[in-house]
Amino acid sequence: MVGGSAAGLAAAETLRREGYEGALTLIGDEPYHPYDRPPLSKQILGGQWEPDRVPLRTPADLDALGLELRLGVAATGLDLAGRTVALADGVRVPYDGLVIATGVRPRRLPGDGGERAHVLRTLDDALALRDRLGPGRRLAVVGAGFLGAEAAAVARGLGAEVTLLEPAPVPLAPAVGERIGRMLAGAHHDHGVDLRTGVAVAEVADGGVRLTDGTLVEADEVLVAIGSVPNTGWLEGSGLTLGDGLECDEYSAAAPGVYGAGDVARWHNPLFGTAMRIEHRTNATEQGMAVARNLLRPDERRPFAPVPYFWSDQYDVRIQAHGYLRGHDEVAVVEGDLEARKFLAVYRSGDRVAGVLAVGMPPKAVRTWRQAVATRAAWRDAVGELLPEGA
Amino acid sequence: MSGEGGGSRKGEGEGKGVTMRVEVDVPKCVASGQCVMIAPDVFDQNEEDGIVVLLDEQPAPELHADVRESAVVCPAAAIRVVEK
Repeated sequence: MVGGSAAGLAAAETLRREGYEGALTLIGDEPYHPYDRPPLSKQILGGQWEPDRVPLRTPADLDALGLELRLGVAATGLDLAGRTVALADGVRVPYDGLVIATGVRPRRLPGDGGERAHVLRTLDDALALRDRLGPGRRLAVVGAGFLGAEAAAVARGLGAEVTLLEPAPVPLAPAVGERIGRMLAGAHHDHGVDLRTGVAVAEVADGGVRLTDGTLVEADEVLVAIGSVPNTGWLEGSGLTLGDGLECDEYSAAAPGVYGAGDVARWHNPLFGTAMRIEHRTNATEQGMAVARNLLRPDERRPFAPVPYFWSDQYDVRIQAHGYLRGHDEVAVVEGDLEARKFLAVYRSGDRVAGVLAVGMPPKAVRTWRQAVATRAAWRDAVGELLPEGA
Repeated sequence: MSGEGGGSRKGEGEGKGVTMRVEVDVPKCVASGQCVMIAPDVFDQNEEDGIVVLLDEQPAPELHADVRESAVVCPAAAIRVVEK
C-alpha cells in the first residue's frame, strides 16, 4: 500500500481480515500513524480535540496487523515490469499486488510560501493555523468550498474576523446546487463572516490577499482552500494512465495487480455510469476495502459501485449527502424548509434520482432516499407524486 | 483484530467461539447512518439528531462480519470492535 491514510489502512485491514497472511508494507510520506482528516477542519482547528483523538487505530491494533510501516518517506517511482516501488530514502520495495492511495495535496496560490499563508490538509497544517487564530485575529479564507467554509465557521467560533473569498457567484453551487449554496451563504452572513463572491484572487501578498483588480484584502492569516491536486507525480513515466488522478477501471484497477483507492483514484462507477474521483472520507475506506478484495480474489472481482457519502459541519448546520450530486440537472426540496435550514433535497441526473442532501432531518427519511439513489430509482416515480406542480 | 476466521464475506459461520464487544465513541459520531444500513440489528440512530444508538453490545456470531464492516466504514471512526 502506497499511502498511509484511510484508504491504505482499509486495504491493509481488509487483506488481513480476509485471510492474507503474507508480507504487507504500508508506505506514507507523513511521519504519523494513519489518522482521520475530517476533524482537522472541525474539532482540531476549533481546539475541542487534541491530536491524540485523530489516530484511526490504536498502536496495539496496528501491531496486530503485522504491517511493515514505512512512514515519513515518500514513494518516488514505480517500476511496473519489475514490480517495485522506489522510495525517497533509496529503498526499493518489491510487491506482488499494489494499492496506490497517495491522496491529494492542496492547490497553491502565488506568494503563499510565507508565514501568514496556510493550507489545510495535514495535522501539522491544522495545528499551525489553530495556533494563529483567536479573538480579533483577521483570517482571509480563499475558496468557499467545503474545506474553506468549514474553516471559516470554526474561525468565527474562535472569535477571529473572517473574510471568505469565492470566485463563483454562489458558493458550492456545482456541488450542491444554487439554492442550497445560497442557504449556506446565508449561514455565513448570519455568523458575521464577510463573504465576498465573484472575486478573483491573484496572490497572497504582504498584509493579506491581493485580488486581480489590485485590491488588498487585509488579513493576518490567509488560508488557501482552492481545491486539491492528485498526488500522481511519482507515477509519471510508469506506464499507468494519469489524468485527473490515477485512471482506473470499474474494478478500480489501474493495471493487472495494481489498484487505486481514495482521493487519488478516478474510476468508472457503474452505478452512475460515469467516471468519478471522490475526495470524501467514506469513499477512501470503501474503495480501500474493495480493492483489497479484488486483489485477494482475482477470479471473483467485483466492480466498485458505491453510493458516495459526505457530510459537512458549518455552525449548527450539518449537511449529509448521499449520491453523486455533481453535474445534476435539477434539485427539489421534498421535505422541510430551506429557510429554516431543516430540509431534505433530492437531485436528478437524467431521468434518475442521483442524490439526496439533508440538514436536520430524521435519519429514516434520509435512509429511504439513499435507497432510492442506490437503486437508481426513476425520478418520475420517486419525486413526481410529491411535486405535482413541479415545484 | 487477530484475523482468525479468514474470509469474511457475509453470512458465513465464522467467528464461532469468538466473543465480540462493540464500543461506540458517541461524541465522534457524525450521524452518517452507514452502520445502521450495514448492521441494523446492532446499530440505530437517534430520531432527533441521527447520532448512533448501540442496540447490542455483544452481538451474536452471525452478525460479526457486518459489525466489523460497520466499524471499518464508519466515516468518523467512532466504532471499535473488541474480539476475544
